[in-house]
Amino acid sequence: MFDDLTDAESKALAQCRHAVLGSDRPMRLDCGVELGPFRIAYQTYGTLDAGKSNAVLVCHPLTCDQFVAGQHPVTGKEGWWETLIGPGKVLDPARYFIICVNVLGHCMGSTGPQAREPATGEAWNLRFPVVTIADMVRAQAALLDHLGIPDLFCVIGGSMGGMQVLEWAASYPSRVFAAVPIACAAHHSAQNIAFHEVGRQAIMADPDWKGGDYRAHQVVPARGLAVARMTAHITYLSEQALQRKFGRSLQNRDAVGFGFDADFQVESYLRHQGSTFVDRFDANSYLYITRAMDYFDLAGAHGGVLANAFKGSPTRFCLMSFTSDWLFPTRESRTVVHALNAAAANVSFVEIASDKGHDAFLLDEPEMFRTFAGFLQGAANARGLRNGK
Amino acid sequence: MSQSAPIRIDLQLIADMVEPGGRALDIGCGDGSLLAYLVNFKQVDARGMELSQAGVNACVAGGLSVIQGDADTDLHDYPEQAFDYVILSQTLQATREPRAVLEQMLRVGKRAIVSFPNFAHWHVRLRLVFGGRMPETPSLPHKWYDTPNIHLCSIDDFRALCRTMGVTIERAVVLNRNSRRIHMPPLLANLFGEQAVFMLQRD
Repeated sequence: MFDDLTDAESKALAQCRHAVLGSDRPMRLDCGVELGPFRIAYQTYGTLDAGKSNAVLVCHPLTCDQFVAGQHPVTGKEGWWETLIGPGKVLDPARYFIICVNVLGHCMGSTGPQAREPATGEAWNLRFPVVTIADMVRAQAALLDHLGIPDLFCVIGGSMGGMQVLEWAASYPSRVFAAVPIACAAHHSAQNIAFHEVGRQAIMADPDWKGGDYRAHQVVPARGLAVARMTAHITYLSEQALQRKFGRSLQNRDAVGFGFDADFQVESYLRHQGSTFVDRFDANSYLYITRAMDYFDLAGAHGGVLANAFKGSPTRFCLMSFTSDWLFPTRESRTVVHALNAAAANVSFVEIASDKGHDAFLLDEPEMFRTFAGFLQGAANARGLRNGK
Repeated sequence: MSQSAPIRIDLQLIADMVEPGGRALDIGCGDGSLLAYLVNFKQVDARGMELSQAGVNACVAGGLSVIQGDADTDLHDYPEQAFDYVILSQTLQATREPRAVLEQMLRVGKRAIVSFPNFAHWHVRLRLVFGGRMPETPSLPHKWYDTPNIHLCSIDDFRALCRTMGVTIERAVVLNRNSRRIHMPPLLANLFGEQAVFMLQRD
C-alpha cells in the first residue's frame, strides 16, 4: 500500500508494531499539506497498567530509531539506549510501558520520502512534504489516540529527541506528566544549521542522488550520505574524546603513506562510520529529518517568547546537559530553564561533567542515570505510581 | 528522598514558619535537606536553587526539583509572587548585593524567610576587641582571606535595612550559641544572639 520496502525497512517492520493513521481524517502538517493515510512504526516494551498511567515515550534522535532496546533487526547491534532501558535499569519494562516511535519522515518503517504518494501511487521522494518536529509529535499523539493512551507519565529524549520532548510539553501539556529533554535546545543555532547544510549538500552533490529519484535508478547516493554522516559524527564528539581515542595514531602502518588512503586512525574510523550508516539510513530521509531540526524554533512558534510555550504548564521538567557538548551546549539548556522559571514551571536542571561531547547522552554516564532515576522516582511518587523493584 | 532524620535547628525553625501545602523556593538549598523536609512533612511544592553543581545533582537524584543558579542573578527569571515563601538560609551574607537579593525575594515570593549569623554576637565582639583579629567563631569559621561571607551584618543592621526598604518583619527568632531560642529585648538579642531567622513581608 505504501511503498516498495528496502530490505532494511522490511526487516524493521517485521520486528516492530505499526499503525496506519490519518485514513479517516488526514493530518495537517505545518507546511499546509494534508497527509494521510500514513504509517507509523513503533516499538513497545512492558505492559500498560490498568489505569493507563505508566506510559513512557522515548523520542529518538536523528540517526537512531524505534529499536531503543534489544537487538536491532537491521544492524544486529544492541538498542541505542540499552544503558537506560531494560530489566533492572532505570526504565524497567516491569514497571513502565515504554513506547518508541519511528518519527515521521524517517526510514525505519514510518512514512517518509521513500513511501508512495496515495494519490498517484508514485514514490514521494523530494515531493514528500517537509515535516517539522511539531509534525513528528503530532503523529506520535495520533498514535497514542489510536492506542487509547490518554497521557504520558514521562516523555524523554536526547538531541532531536529532546526537541520532541520540548514540543510535546508545549503542544500537549496536559498529556505530559514529566518531561526529560537531554542535550538539546529550543531552536537550532546557525552553527547547527550550517553543519546540516554541509551534510545535505554532500548528499545532493553525489551523482547517484539523481535529484532524489535514486531508487528508480536502482542506485544509492552512498558516498554523499557517508560524507554527511562523517561530518555530523565529528559534531557529536568532543575534541578531547577524539584526541583520547585516536590522537595522531596511524592506521595499520608505521609511517604516513604520502597519499590519500586512510593513514590516520581517525580517518579510518570516520570512513567506517560513513559506510555502515549507508546500510541503515535513507539519503532522502536524512535531508528531511535534518530539515525538521533546522526549522525547530519553539520561541518563534510562540510569539518570540520561549516562556509563552510553557505558560501554565503542569509538567515536571528535568533538563540535562553535558559540559563538553558543543553541538547543544549547556547555555541552550539554561535558556530553556530560564523560560520555564519565567513560566513558574516545575523544573530541575543538571549539567553533567563529561568529556565525551554530545554523544555522552547515549553512553554510560552514571550521573545521568542517577539524576534520571531520582527525578523519575520523585515524579512517580507525585503521580502515585506503584513502586517497582 | 526519605528524611526522617532531624534537620539543622535553624532549618527546623524555618520549616516551622512555613504553612503546609504552599509553594516555596529555597535559594542555596545545599544538599536539599530543608527541601526534602518541606516536601515530605509539610506537603509543600518546594523548589531549590543551588550554586554548586554537586549539590544540584544530589538533590535531583533525590527526587527534588532543583536547578543550578545564583541568588544574585537568577531570581530575575521568576515571575512576581510565584511562591508563597522564598527562603535564604545562611546565604545572605555571601551575596554580592544583599539588598537587591531581598528585593527580588519579596518580588518573587509573598514572604521571604532569611537566616544569617549575627556579627554583633558577644563572641565576635570579644574576638575583635580583645583579640585584635578578624573573628573566627563556630558560625563564622573562615579566615578573612578566604571567607565567602562578604556582607556580614548584625541583627540590628538587618532590622535597619528592613526599615529602609519598607519591609515588615512578621517574625524574628534569635538563637544563642547553643542553638536555643532566646527571648530578650532587641539590644540584648543583638548581643547574645548567634544567629537569627526573620520572616518578612512587603508592606
